[in-house]
Amino acid sequence: MSMNPFCEIAVEEALRIKEAGRASEVVVVSMGGEQCVETIRTGLAMGADRGLHVITQDSSSLFPLAVAKLLQALVSSEQPRLLLLGKQAIDDDCNQTGQMVAGLLGWPQATFASKVSISDDKESVCVEREVDGGIETIQLQLPAVVTADLRLNTPRYATLPNIMKAKKKSIQRVTPEELNVVIGSDLEVLEVTEPPKRKAGVMVASVDELLDKLKNEARVF
Amino acid sequence: MNKRCTLLTRLSIRARSTGDEENSSSTTLDTSRYTFFFHEFSLSFQNLIARVSPGKKWLENCRAYSVPASSKVVRDERFATLDDQDIKHFSGIVGSKGLVVDKDELEVANTDWMRKFKGSAQLLLRPQSSNQVAEILKYSSSRRIAVVPQGGNTGLVGGSVPVFDEVIVNLGAMNSIISFDEVSGILICEAGCILETLDKFLADKGFMFPLDLGAKGSCQIGGNVSTNAGGLRLIRYGSLHGNILGLEVVLSDGTILDMLSSLRKDNTGYDLKQLFIGAEGTLGVVTKVAVLTPQKLPSVNVGFLACTDYTSCQKMLLEARKHLGEVLSAFEFIDSFALDMVLKHSGHRHPLPDAKEKFYLLIETTGSNQSHDKEKLDNFVETVLTQGLVVDGTIAQDNTQISNFWHIREAWFLQLPPLGKAGAVYKYDLSIPIKDLYNLVEILRERLGGLATVVAYGHLGDGNLHLNISAPDYDEKASFFFQIEPFVYEWTAAHKGSVSAEHGLGFMKAHAIHYSRSPETVELMRKMKAMLDPNGILNPYKVIA
Repeated sequence: MSMNPFCEIAVEEALRIKEAGRASEVVVVSMGGEQCVETIRTGLAMGADRGLHVITQDSSSLFPLAVAKLLQALVSSEQPRLLLLGKQAIDDDCNQTGQMVAGLLGWPQATFASKVSISDDKESVCVEREVDGGIETIQLQLPAVVTADLRLNTPRYATLPNIMKAKKKSIQRVTPEELNVVIGSDLEVLEVTEPPKRKAGVMVASVDELLDKLKNEARVF
Repeated sequence: MNKRCTLLTRLSIRARSTGDEENSSSTTLDTSRYTFFFHEFSLSFQNLIARVSPGKKWLENCRAYSVPASSKVVRDERFATLDDQDIKHFSGIVGSKGLVVDKDELEVANTDWMRKFKGSAQLLLRPQSSNQVAEILKYSSSRRIAVVPQGGNTGLVGGSVPVFDEVIVNLGAMNSIISFDEVSGILICEAGCILETLDKFLADKGFMFPLDLGAKGSCQIGGNVSTNAGGLRLIRYGSLHGNILGLEVVLSDGTILDMLSSLRKDNTGYDLKQLFIGAEGTLGVVTKVAVLTPQKLPSVNVGFLACTDYTSCQKMLLEARKHLGEVLSAFEFIDSFALDMVLKHSGHRHPLPDAKEKFYLLIETTGSNQSHDKEKLDNFVETVLTQGLVVDGTIAQDNTQISNFWHIREAWFLQLPPLGKAGAVYKYDLSIPIKDLYNLVEILRERLGGLATVVAYGHLGDGNLHLNISAPDYDEKASFFFQIEPFVYEWTAAHKGSVSAEHGLGFMKAHAIHYSRSPETVELMRKMKAMLDPNGILNPYKVIA
């Protein structure tokens, strides 16, 4: 099971912030079935300090609002100063979780970050965001929510010594019930279909044949 | 000194150019005398090198033998030159779709992957069936028109392009998959199927092709069979000699030899298909293939590891065999020089940016059970870390990382040469006893000084070194080239290695077979060639020149 690429970038950014001395601990969170443990281990192998696994029966029922509520519950117990997420998940492409959890927590948010700098006094963060018109630079009071975009950084490979160390790091397991969150199905998936298959091209042997097909089959003229 | 060198040069040309007039019954070149002079000369040559600095003019005269035949071979005038009748006849066989005379298309088909060899074929044929191939060869044999069977044209020894104006017979249009048995895993297909296409087809059914190499997006199975390609996973799945169950081959006189058995075991008579596997199109044209394909197992892990010295690499191989055992599926190495050039030109990033080691290993495991394999891999990694065999490393965490690591290893074939990114690359593909393998690289680096960059990588698990020497351009008159050939071949022969582990002899090493085979063996090969191709039309000037 591989980590969502945007989340990987978020983990990398968290590690860099810690290595710059602006953070004391990096905690990685994943929610879903048993496969999440592998993903958390990857985060730990990259250098995170500990993991949190919210176990749910069925990952497919975790829509952004449910994730946001679970994160809100975790934040109240963990009290982090910065919540870093990938801007969207590549399975549903929702791009909602970061924004929703910021709303639930009442925290400032900076999405599509391409540069993150924590201030020296660790009270605020300056974020450059990729928006349609270009780059928008905003400053937020901490604690805040930041979602990572593609150009924020290039995630490191997990090196062997870190992979070995990761085995000893703890992964705490919690259930939604313990967090007092009810996972409702607020969205119902009606249908998932593939786009229509692209029809194979036809090879023609001569210009005459091409003209004939354009005229009679494609009815271009 | 001068006179002796010139005399030898003249004799060499005479022995090489046409067959001996006395032996008119055989059309094979009588180069036994040539071989003798070659030996004698190359031995004294080594002495000369030791005493005289390269670049002296008389040395350049003397090295007439030691260069590849490209500058010395003359067109065999017994072969016909194409005329309009011939073209008309071929057109009747393959139709207008199968006849190519377009200058641009011919230019591409005449040039090899490395852009080192270029022929001047005036005609390319694309048969659509074995019958058409048979008719082409029957006619060509009768008219004595030389032909070059061609697949994906990804060969590295100039075996897939004409030397002169031989007609190119490209099998690319014969690309249907004939059948696949989902119980036995036996696949039957035509020779023009691209390897990657076959692998994708099999993947859908839960199987995989037992051969994998950098060229897979372009190479065709007929060519793979004809060169007995080894590839990246020979250490796990064995060679094509074991995986190919049957072949359909067209002989030079147009006979279609149906040996397309799809039986796992068949000990009835001589196993003739083995002759054609690796014959590089000189004994017959492969038209259909029956392959035994293994199950595609879901759990794949790839590690990219850094070692300080070559001895550690060897010990790593032992440990890998011990701890990974049956799940080990690839054991490759790449030295820091090769890796640096890849990173510079290919846009990939260093998997281990902090490691400044000399050797990097790519180790892959493939198995049916992820947790089982992970456990084996963890044990292996812990052992080698504790023993200090590995200084640093990384295990790919997902499929993207796996393919990144493989791209780095394959870049020397895929990206650098075709894009001209490494200048002119002289490639040597050698089988050397594992313990001696890297010595050659270090010796060559010393010999060449700064004149060219020597990089090494290869299938360490099979004892197969891919030696690449990168120069500004192909210039066999350049003084440094002296230092490479025939030294590389002689060193390999002295260590009982093979001058062509998997690339074949083609045109580049047609003169070098004697470094790895006894004269009696070569003589028997000539007899087989004469028997199967009496007019010598199949891929002439190649393999055993």
